[in-house]
Amino acid sequence: MVTYILKRLVYMIVTVFIIATLTFFLMNLIPGSPFNEERTTNAAVQQNLEEHYHLNEPLAVQYILYLKSIITLDFGPSIKQPTETVNSLLGRGFPISAELGIWTVLIALVSGVALGVFAALKHNHLIDYMAMTIAVLGISIPNFVLATMLIQQLAVQLEWLPAATWSSPAHMVLPVLALATGPMAIIARLTRSSMLETLTQDYIKTARAKGLSPYKVVVKHALKNALMPVVTIMGTLLAGILTGTFVIEKIFAIPGMGKYFVEGINQRDYPVIMGTTVFYSAFLVFMLFLVDIAYGFLDPRIKLHKEGGSS
Amino acid sequence: MSALKEKQRDDSHSSIPDEWFRPKEKNIDEAESVVRPSLSYWEDAWRRLRQNKLAMAGFVFLILLAVMAVIGPWISPYTVSEASLADQNQPPSLNHWFGTDELGRDVFTRTWYGARISLFVGLMAALIDFFIGVVYGGISGYKGGRTDNVLMRIIEILYGLPYLLVVILLLVVMGPSLLTIIIALTVTGWVGMARIVRGQVLQLKHNEFVMASQSFGAKTKRIIRKNLLPNTMGPIIVQMTLTVPTAIFAEAFLSFLGLGIQSPYASWGVMANDALGVILSGDWWRLFFPAFFISATMFAFNVLGDGLQDALDPRLRR
Repeated sequence: MVTYILKRLVYMIVTVFIIATLTFFLMNLIPGSPFNEERTTNAAVQQNLEEHYHLNEPLAVQYILYLKSIITLDFGPSIKQPTETVNSLLGRGFPISAELGIWTVLIALVSGVALGVFAALKHNHLIDYMAMTIAVLGISIPNFVLATMLIQQLAVQLEWLPAATWSSPAHMVLPVLALATGPMAIIARLTRSSMLETLTQDYIKTARAKGLSPYKVVVKHALKNALMPVVTIMGTLLAGILTGTFVIEKIFAIPGMGKYFVEGINQRDYPVIMGTTVFYSAFLVFMLFLVDIAYGFLDPRIKLHKEGGSS
Repeated sequence: MSALKEKQRDDSHSSIPDEWFRPKEKNIDEAESVVRPSLSYWEDAWRRLRQNKLAMAGFVFLILLAVMAVIGPWISPYTVSEASLADQNQPPSLNHWFGTDELGRDVFTRTWYGARISLFVGLMAALIDFFIGVVYGGISGYKGGRTDNVLMRIIEILYGLPYLLVVILLLVVMGPSLLTIIIALTVTGWVGMARIVRGQVLQLKHNEFVMASQSFGAKTKRIIRKNLLPNTMGPIIVQMTLTVPTAIFAEAFLSFLGLGIQSPYASWGVMANDALGVILSGDWWRLFFPAFFISATMFAFNVLGDGLQDALDPRLRR
């Protein structure tokens, strides 16, 4: 288990390093400097600015400085908003994005698993068909389309819920709903097919034959095993939710990290783009790492296999 | 008990004429004949796919969409970027079937133009993924050993990169256009295909027909192309069908963020983004048409992919 964790840890660091390097060199490929705009600055000011942001150094030195800044978790100042640093933007945006993300994951997991289990228990009945139609629809409707439609129907037409910003629980309903529907649908489909397979296993028959209540058979014996594929896919789903926050925060004007990222892109604010990209990637890769570890703990077969030495 | 059986046998024997018990004449022609018509893998898959009503509905929708994408902008009297001050924000009418936007551009024309973009991006992404993935996965699986190890380590790292984040980064650098979107989508998009092809090749490569080919002196390229690929086409086609909606979603997503197709050209993502600005005015058709067609297209590809998955799975063959 320890070697397994160490191996994943090395992968994690390598991936973050590659992303950081890729980001740096890609950003340097873009022609022009952020200060070459229509607004003319005199040569001395220009030089001072470049010195301040280390833009006059050779590329290799800039790269080393950049790696150092990542290791010390100091992503430098924002170019377009001189009063802000990337860290201050992240510090303000992250808690809000995290709140949005956690609610989304919770709701997607609970409702997706519940939908999948009900569909599997009522296999080929009306409930099954309804649940699966909802699931395919949920996968097919892009989150930004769902978000705009929800605003148009529930916020503008019916005026039930506020359409934008992030200040009360009522404000959170629409963004979370728009973001959670896709992952929920994927989880529901996966839970259903995995549940159907598990329910035919011999140990389920044994559990039934022992006279356990249907609830115990389903929850304790079947669901516990059927959830393993869901754990596997959590990494991909988290990546989807994370990128989903970009558009959702833009649509609902939520002052989270995604909003600053999109603004950074539109204003070509390179330190902000670089900082948020590296932060996002590191966060995501760390989440994937946690999912892998959790998988190792939940499935005893994997732990034994990994300790056996052969990959 | 045995006496009873004896009696029954006697009775039955007496009621059946003796000539029935003579050996039947051997007819060599008949012995070779097959009772059921023999179906090839693809005929059988097509037969099973046709029975799946939802998948067929998706298939028909996609054919209609492709036809409209080709002829839609052509039969309409308006062009995609033609603005008209007299026709601003018209609801759907006989002149403008899907209404107009705030610049007086015809939403009907723009919708089919968007269909062209979406289908083109989706199909190109799937095709490029197919070529890279098959070559990479084929070599990795067939060669095995150290080659496989190195190639798989690269894939593992690429797989860890957040897909849309990389795409966004590449688009920021390359600038938004149709070509750069396709490049950005395929730079890391082929990884899934390569993994599937590798897995299939690993399963197949020790079969006798591959060994037969090898003993005839066939080269690696020929074995992959002629022996291994045709036998993995099922999962490959399913993967391609599911790549298309992913690419369509990504294009719409990027256009929505302002990183994709640029105005005055239309893509469903651009149209949905434009509609967001006028959402308070109650011009429902602005959002409805692009939203409906993105969702319906993705739905159609998803159900078709699901249907193909069942139809092409040899284990489900009856």
